Amino acid sequence: MDYVIMVVITFGALFVLLAAIGIVRMPDLYLRISVTTKAATLGVGMILIAAAVYFGEASMTTRALAIVFFLLLTAPVAAHLIGKASYFVGIPLWRKTVLDDLKDSEDTHSLLGIDEEDEDADKKDDSQKPESEV
Amino acid sequence: MKKKFLVNNMLMLVWVALKGDFTFANFIFGFFLGFLALWLADREHAGKRYFKLLPSAISFFLFFLYELIKANIQVAYEVMTPTLYMEPGIVSVPLDAKTDLEITMLANLISLTPGTLSLDVSEKGDVLYVHTMYVHDKEEFIHGIKNGFERKVLELLR
Repeated sequence: MDYVIMVVITFGALFVLLAAIGIVRMPDLYLRISVTTKAATLGVGMILIAAAVYFGEASMTTRALAIVFFLLLTAPVAAHLIGKASYFVGIPLWRKTVLDDLKDSEDTHSLLGIDEEDEDADKKDDSQKPESEV
Repeated sequence: MKKKFLVNNMLMLVWVALKGDFTFANFIFGFFLGFLALWLADREHAGKRYFKLLPSAISFFLFFLYELIKANIQVAYEVMTPTLYMEPGIVSVPLDAKTDLEITMLANLISLTPGTLSLDVSEKGDVLYVHTMYVHDKEEFIHGIKNGFERKVLELLR
């Protein structure tokens, strides 16, 4: 049983190490997000599960499972938001990037779309003002 | 559906109380015992959906674990070898998922597997833009997502 724990915890640490190397090696921001958030998820998950097996208590197991659950819940949301925000801010893709479907789509300027909505809101405010005065 | 789930949980608690053994494994065992009892008692097949849900949830979890490990090894290989073989790109994947919950689940799962990152959803909610490390063949990638994650998510939620 000890050997199983050793193997799992070693692989977990290796995945985290690879994620760290990945940050340095990957050429652009999107690939860095791809490599780190997830490799870290699996790595930390394996370490936590090994810890739960090592202690073998119900309280430890539930704690480890809860941490893994919330990691799986929050990591992709953060990755998605950072990725989306940086794309619309205009952070360039790697020069060897093969295709970019988002560039040609109408949805690319959803930031502009927000601006338009704001303008509409302003107009509504303007139109409401006279009414309220009346 | 919810009623069945509540009854199942209650049977689990009854089992645990009767055994007097408050361990994690016993809770799980009690849940499956309750599930089995409910399945045997369900003569009119009224709760058909609930009984299909648990097996599909388990298969979904195993499938996700498999994908996670496979993709992690792929990315690990890419990081370790000196030359970068990647052909990254942003692919637009047409969606069959309709509701917000389905799309959120799918986008999160795609973000969670290494090498792929969901960047944006179109305003109508019919296209998902995915940044991926390997675009050897666009059609093949779309096919992989649709037949893998999307089919599983829809199986689970519909």
